[in-house]
Amino acid sequence: MDTTLAIAETPLRRFVRRYAASPMAMIGATVLLVLLLAALCAPWIAPQNPYDLAQIDILDARLPPGAHAYSGKMTYVLGTDEQGRDMLSAILYGMRISVLVGVSSTVAALAVGLTLGLLAGYAGGRLEGFLMRVADVQLSFPSILIALILLALLGPGIGKIIVALIAVQWAYYARTARSAALVERRKEYIEAAVGLGLRPARVVFRHLLPNCLPPLIVVAALQVASAISLEATLSFLGLGLPVTEPSLGLLIANGFNYLLSGKYWISLFPGIALLVLIVAINLVADQLRDVLNPRLHMP
Amino acid sequence: MPAFILRRLMQSVVVLFAMSLLVFAGMYAVGNPIDILLSPDATQMERAHVIAAFGLDQPLWRQYLLFVWHALHGDLGRSFAFGTSAMGLIAERFPATMELAVAAMLMAIVLGIPLGLLAGLKPNGLVGRSIMTVSILGFSLPTFWVGMMLIMLFAVQLGWLPASGRGATVPLFGVPVSFLTVDGLKHLLLPAFNLALFSIAMVIRLTRAGAQEALLQDYVRYARAKGLRWRRIVGVHVLKNILIPVVTVVALEFGSTVAFSVVTESVFAWPGMGKLIIDSIRVLDRPVIVAYLMLIVTLFVLVNLAADIAYSLLDPRVRLAEARG
Repeated sequence: MDTTLAIAETPLRRFVRRYAASPMAMIGATVLLVLLLAALCAPWIAPQNPYDLAQIDILDARLPPGAHAYSGKMTYVLGTDEQGRDMLSAILYGMRISVLVGVSSTVAALAVGLTLGLLAGYAGGRLEGFLMRVADVQLSFPSILIALILLALLGPGIGKIIVALIAVQWAYYARTARSAALVERRKEYIEAAVGLGLRPARVVFRHLLPNCLPPLIVVAALQVASAISLEATLSFLGLGLPVTEPSLGLLIANGFNYLLSGKYWISLFPGIALLVLIVAINLVADQLRDVLNPRLHMP
Repeated sequence: MPAFILRRLMQSVVVLFAMSLLVFAGMYAVGNPIDILLSPDATQMERAHVIAAFGLDQPLWRQYLLFVWHALHGDLGRSFAFGTSAMGLIAERFPATMELAVAAMLMAIVLGIPLGLLAGLKPNGLVGRSIMTVSILGFSLPTFWVGMMLIMLFAVQLGWLPASGRGATVPLFGVPVSFLTVDGLKHLLLPAFNLALFSIAMVIRLTRAGAQEALLQDYVRYARAKGLRWRRIVGVHVLKNILIPVVTVVALEFGSTVAFSVVTESVFAWPGMGKLIIDSIRVLDRPVIVAYLMLIVTLFVLVNLAADIAYSLLDPRVRLAEARG
């Protein structure tokens, strides 16, 4: 590696250069950006609001892709579902909910897991033993079982499913943060901060936290994909989101009954949207892992 | 050594107790089961009768103690929806789920090991790289999605295999099984493959890593120097050394596979206990939910306990680390 160049450029530019080295990762990032923008702007770019009853027409139910509306006003590029909703619009709105649930639960789980993990790694002792034991026990059960137990207890709803996803994910972050904190704790800058007489909270959150972040970013990027996937699974099973807030998983479930009669589009297109979303996130996360791994960039 | 096993045993009991408490107490947050059991125009008499019959008039701690007492005697209450024993309902569907899970594990080994060997022997070739791509997809795609695609392709488009249900069963030692009839096998193939996907992806990765490591070992070099055929070196010497960790991990995954059958059974309408639990959560059939969760948590705790004990027997370092920490 050219060290003179590495010194001259800012960390952000170095990050961008390393990231852009993989064409697949760039494709993944581009696709992800387009999907996120489309999901975010769904109310403005979707051909119709699929949940405004005034805009949908039951006469247009279960039309194949490319069919024209009964009123002649629009063309259903991806067909319609059993209530005459435009599938393209439903997918854009559904993706919005999937992304919202996936990202918000990941961010919240990251905050919880990071705090507990840093405290465990920094404080040590009984607190560490207890927290890590709980995390170990939880990680010995598959995520779907934990989510199933919680949803059986809490009932359905968008808030409940976010709580379930946070409970499923926090242990990964707590473990990663703890092992990073164990390494960083012994370094001189922490000793210096403690020596200066800073409060423990300031040492942990101001000095320790930023240096423990890179591995957590990688875990979080991968976890967003699995959170979206788990939410889709739970919604498909009818345990996740209510019918009024249909995510991609629920759209797929709605079309599933029509699959056998050859009306493939009601399930297939939301399914493809989910697939592309998950694969794009995985591509980006894989490259982030390579870029943020210091062992790969030793001079 | 006995101290280690005793400590692990205690830990398992604590986990089971905490889980039973959590599951049972939480059931009360779900809703009022009376509203589900009775129509709104039921008389006061009917209400009182149902409340007494299901023990819903007792204080919470009493209901819990009663529940533990009965659970220890193998009775986890009567289903609200079916009116029969919750344990009986689950036992009825248990063989179907086990058959599916065992078929999935076998498939994971039969498909995963050869594919993993191929990928390990030619890691940079087209075949090796495509196998790894498929295994990454197996990890990241939602199970229900792949199941749906399998139905769409093999059942709807090609019409080769049935889309749902279990097919004809014949009794084997009094337990109905479907793998002995052609119709049953046809019904088993797609759901078992769907359930196996995650394990196949994992076995491929383990086998590949194991093969790459084994190829650098002295015994492989020696076997080559001895003039053994390549096929024999890989098929006998390398495979033997890979097999132990792979089979161990697959066996450890058994609990997970049973838990994940919830998804596959729902997609393929497989009449196992996974489908039962989903249907029960929907109608808030508390005894069945509690019975299923307790059963599967017990299964997990037992598998983990057995694995820990086996590891500590095989590897003294585990015991020592535990004794220190």
